[in-house]
Amino acid sequence: MTATADAPPTVTAPAETAPAPRRRRRTNAAIGLVAWMVGLIFVAPVIWMLLTSFHSEPDAATNPPSVFAPLTVEGYANFFGADGGATPWPPLLNSLTASIVSTAFVLVLAVPAAYALSIRPVEKWRDVLFFFLSTKMLPVVAGLLPVYLIAQGLGVLDNIWLLIVVYTSMNLPIAVWMMRSFLAEVPGEVLEAAALDGCSLTRSLRTIVIPMVLPGIAATALICFIFSWNELLFARVLTGTVAQTAPVFLIGFVTSQGLFLAKVCAAAVVVSLPVLIAGFAAQDKLVQGLSLGAIK
Amino acid sequence: MSTTVEKPASPAAVRPNEPSTLKKAGAWARRAPLLPALIFMIVVTQLPFVGTLIISFMNWNAYYPDERGFAGFDNFVRVLTDVNTRDAIITTIILTASVVLVSLFLGVVIALLLDRAFLGRGIVRTMMITPFLIVPVAAALLWKHALFNPEYGLLNGVLTGLFGENAPQPDWLTNAPLLSVIIALVWQWTPFMMLIILAGLQSKPLDVIEAAQIDGCSNWQIFRHMTFPHLRQYLELGGLLGSIYIVQNFDAVFTITSGSLGTANLPYTIYQTFFQAQDYGRASAAGVVVVIGTIIIATFALRSVSSLFKQEGSR
Repeated sequence: MTATADAPPTVTAPAETAPAPRRRRRTNAAIGLVAWMVGLIFVAPVIWMLLTSFHSEPDAATNPPSVFAPLTVEGYANFFGADGGATPWPPLLNSLTASIVSTAFVLVLAVPAAYALSIRPVEKWRDVLFFFLSTKMLPVVAGLLPVYLIAQGLGVLDNIWLLIVVYTSMNLPIAVWMMRSFLAEVPGEVLEAAALDGCSLTRSLRTIVIPMVLPGIAATALICFIFSWNELLFARVLTGTVAQTAPVFLIGFVTSQGLFLAKVCAAAVVVSLPVLIAGFAAQDKLVQGLSLGAIK
Repeated sequence: MSTTVEKPASPAAVRPNEPSTLKKAGAWARRAPLLPALIFMIVVTQLPFVGTLIISFMNWNAYYPDERGFAGFDNFVRVLTDVNTRDAIITTIILTASVVLVSLFLGVVIALLLDRAFLGRGIVRTMMITPFLIVPVAAALLWKHALFNPEYGLLNGVLTGLFGENAPQPDWLTNAPLLSVIIALVWQWTPFMMLIILAGLQSKPLDVIEAAQIDGCSNWQIFRHMTFPHLRQYLELGGLLGSIYIVQNFDAVFTITSGSLGTANLPYTIYQTFFQAQDYGRASAAGVVVVIGTIIIATFALRSVSSLFKQEGSR
């Protein structure tokens, strides 16, 4: 690809062996144009969401759409309770607590487990790894009822700690698989050499392994955060008014009648913002996480 | 749990070819870091499924607590003969298959575009990922209210903008409810497929392809005989992971159509049976049916993941 980019435009290569650089460059320009159009189509709903969130309610609900209507933060003010509705802060804080604490638990459990599945593997480590994966493939909805009944029995319904435990189990397999693929990249020879030089296990972990996989740990944490933040089904069933999370709140407040489009869009922007930030931060490792470490 | 207390001895104890006396201690030292995660997963994920299995054979409706008891296969018979369940199974299959196939197809096309060098490739890639980073509930609300709304939604607004006053103004959610859900989900899942296929494209063996070019192979021949076979496992992986996630979809169905007008898939139906009808036995039986269905898909998924995995291992 790079060769075509800096080839002089005057060169005329024989057409039979390779396409002329100029022709290929024109093809690439055409491909670029198509790609830009496709990208814009896919991002358009998000841009529209952002634009509508900054419009007044009457301007948000027009046909044809008023793209150049004056901007206002009314929608955001209304979402945060200026119109007398419920304040979104408790659900947002609940979501933040559930996502951050469960992610911390996941890392505490997953990093040592991944170590025991890669650097110093236990016997039958493949079977263990696939056990973790298989739990991810069982449908969530099938475990919903017993979890609900157990929680009811223990009296922990509508408690944020229940969601934290559920989210930890939901993300642990992903984290184990991701961390294993990161730890597998640590060269064994380095660790052997360190051990021969009398470097203790804790020291080689602290000075060699952890620094090498730190970006991997960060990416794993961001992906677990995203999945917990997005979760709706468990949050909907297991929480009520006290521990409700942002997605549950989002569904609940739309029932109001009248013009509310700007408010809905503002809400969608606010709730999606942490995920967008985490996602763009983890962009390079996103595929690796989503494919459970199968793709580098 | 006592095993977790045994901390690993010196590094020498766990090196291969160690004396056999140290072998047992070494094995447990290796297992120790794994055990907390493993035990946690077994307790939190496997026990509830055992619970589901037991309840599925019980007659248990929260509205009639006195009638609780053993029901044999009654719940399964009711689930499998019920028209609603059958519709839900068909809806689930249509929804999953169409979303996976369409987003996979679009994902391949867009990944092929993004594999070329052009101005602003990074920006286009970022734009493409954005739909996937909108919280699913927020995305569903966005589609339902800001895009599909027949009076002031963007889709009909654009139609008016293009064709003037007499433009067709379809009521998307009423006329084509399942298609609307599919469109919203394809929009969210195409980036996922695109990312996986793009990773596949960027790991293809360039030297072999250059050799083929020098030998006079056409672009189509290269795509047909080299790029595509290389991509196959990535297509499988994307398709199977996508299936696993979309079979379980609840957010979009719940938010966009509330399961009405023939869009109720299995997760939504089970949620309804459990939440509204409070029929625990039947909800569990439906859950078991979903598990069996997923196991069938998952068997293929595991095979696909493990083939990628073996490649990595042999490297």
